Amino acid sequence: MSTQTTQMFGATSTAAGPTAAATATATAGRSAGGPRPASHGHRPAMRVTQLRVLRSEWTKLTSLRSTVWTMAAALGATVLLGFVLSRVTANDWPHYTAEDMRTFDATATSLSGMYLAQLAIGVLGVLVISGEYATGMIRASLGVVPRRLPVLWAKVAVFAVASFGLMVVANLIAFTLGQAQLSSRHIDVALSDPGVLRAVLGTAFFVTGIGVLGLTLGALLRNTPAAIATLFGVLLVLPQIVGALPPRLARIGDYLPSASGDALLQVVRSPSVPTPTHGLLVLLAYLVATLAAAAVLLVRRDA
Amino acid sequence: MIEARGLEKRYGDKVAVHDLSFTVRPGAVTGFLGPNGAGKSTTMRMILGLDRPTRGEVLVNGRRYRDSAAPMHEVGVMLEAKAVHTGRSAAKHLLALAQTHGISRRRVTEVIDMVGLTDVARKRAGGFSLGMGQRLGIASALLGDPATLILDEPVNGLDPEGIRWIRGLLRDLAAEGRTVFLSSHLMSEMAQTATNLVVVGRGRLIAETTVDEVIASASPAAIHVRTPQSAALRDVLAGPGVTVTSTAADTLDVTGATSVQIGEAARAAGLALYELTPRQVSLEDAFMDLTRDAVEYGTTGTYATSSSSTDNEKTFALAGIAGSETRA
Repeated sequence: MSTQTTQMFGATSTAAGPTAAATATATAGRSAGGPRPASHGHRPAMRVTQLRVLRSEWTKLTSLRSTVWTMAAALGATVLLGFVLSRVTANDWPHYTAEDMRTFDATATSLSGMYLAQLAIGVLGVLVISGEYATGMIRASLGVVPRRLPVLWAKVAVFAVASFGLMVVANLIAFTLGQAQLSSRHIDVALSDPGVLRAVLGTAFFVTGIGVLGLTLGALLRNTPAAIATLFGVLLVLPQIVGALPPRLARIGDYLPSASGDALLQVVRSPSVPTPTHGLLVLLAYLVATLAAAAVLLVRRDA
Repeated sequence: MIEARGLEKRYGDKVAVHDLSFTVRPGAVTGFLGPNGAGKSTTMRMILGLDRPTRGEVLVNGRRYRDSAAPMHEVGVMLEAKAVHTGRSAAKHLLALAQTHGISRRRVTEVIDMVGLTDVARKRAGGFSLGMGQRLGIASALLGDPATLILDEPVNGLDPEGIRWIRGLLRDLAAEGRTVFLSSHLMSEMAQTATNLVVVGRGRLIAETTVDEVIASASPAAIHVRTPQSAALRDVLAGPGVTVTSTAADTLDVTGATSVQIGEAARAAGLALYELTPRQVSLEDAFMDLTRDAVEYGTTGTYATSSSSTDNEKTFALAGIAGSETRA
């Protein structure tokens, strides 16, 4: 052992600078364990667990500027749009027709910033995985977790928890600010009113779901622009195309992901919008299907 | 210990790796040598389960890499220096990798110090030079204190100090009983870093050998002589064990005599010498000698060396590059 250590110092001392010193210390330290140094010691055994991969993905998500920016955009859009639309509505209220007043949804008005937030969170969802393909990081990620699926599950879980948390906070702020504007006309609602809390949480869930949909598209397409274009196409273009269909086929629109958002947002029921339960189930079906496809392809394809 | 058995990888019609079997033993630095496109990276990716072999299998320490409970402790990998998210700092990148295995923050700091990235650990990896990226890759490979190291072109982009550092580091790691497997397309680089060699070309195994064997098998060095009286010098030098070949009207290549003997003989005979240059057999040439048969019968390609043997850092090229063999 002593000769080995000497050799090591001999070898590394030829290199110059602080690097050499660091190498010498580190290698010498490791050599104490013998040919296959014992790194086990008293720490918990070194091995991969789902919980550890979750921790790793949390570090990854929180250590990128793109996460901060997209989340800030989602928060800002939700709060600002909710505030502005509520304010404008309050100002314009005297000009509303009786029919408009009857169908007015105070909750939905203050939460309608989610139509912008879904795009920001959707982009973040795409980036969570496509960013790794674009930079080559994915090979490091799958290299250290060669069973691969724990990485996908951890990405989905960490991203979903962060997005949902953010959107609940954003919605609560937007709702509070929005209702304060509407209260001048006494058309505001309270969080405790029937269906209101469901809309606040449901909308947060919808935006999170769109983000996860983006994540699965990123995993399937492995390309940032392609995944974002597909997601935006599904959210923004597809409803327009379906809207142009003859009335007999218009109900197809109820099965688009975007319709889930309308369904989960509403408190005052409209006959043209499916029920919140319907919206929830449609969104879940999309998520299960795309997640399953992403999981199968992640395991099957070469990284 | 890495054991590849009949590995094959096809991408559609293209065969990247064909029936490749070799063993990389612990306690030594083994070089994986072959030109660009020979299938080195593909093979390394198959070892790590990143690419699925079309046929055959590869075992790391007796089992498939993906079946390991602690892959980072089994194999430390640097496949490409830039397998890093450009927007993340070096420290966070390493921490995220470490956390998958429950490796401590202390160990992360330790490897950062070890590779000399302490000053830039908080900076975004996207701004790193090739050499710094290489060091970051090596840091990630060392994180799990692995029994086996697999490094793809680790010297690429490092400055001379860095090259010397990594050679020492790899030797030390092998001396500790670890398996060290690194790829390169430079025989001269391998000679200074590795002891064992796995040589591939066009996705096929050409030789499993050692650097010493390659050098020992080399044909003896020739002495390059330039003289206006080459015919006369030829007669003077003629004798048992001396081979003289003429490469041009006024030049001779002499083997079997030292430059001192040639110079004295020329002086005694009153012949003028313009040049008297001992030519070292380059490692690439030595390597060609050893593997020529394997290549000619093993693959359909031809060899070509690109430059004169005085250039000891030159690359060698295997099958697929047009041109005949030019040797000094």
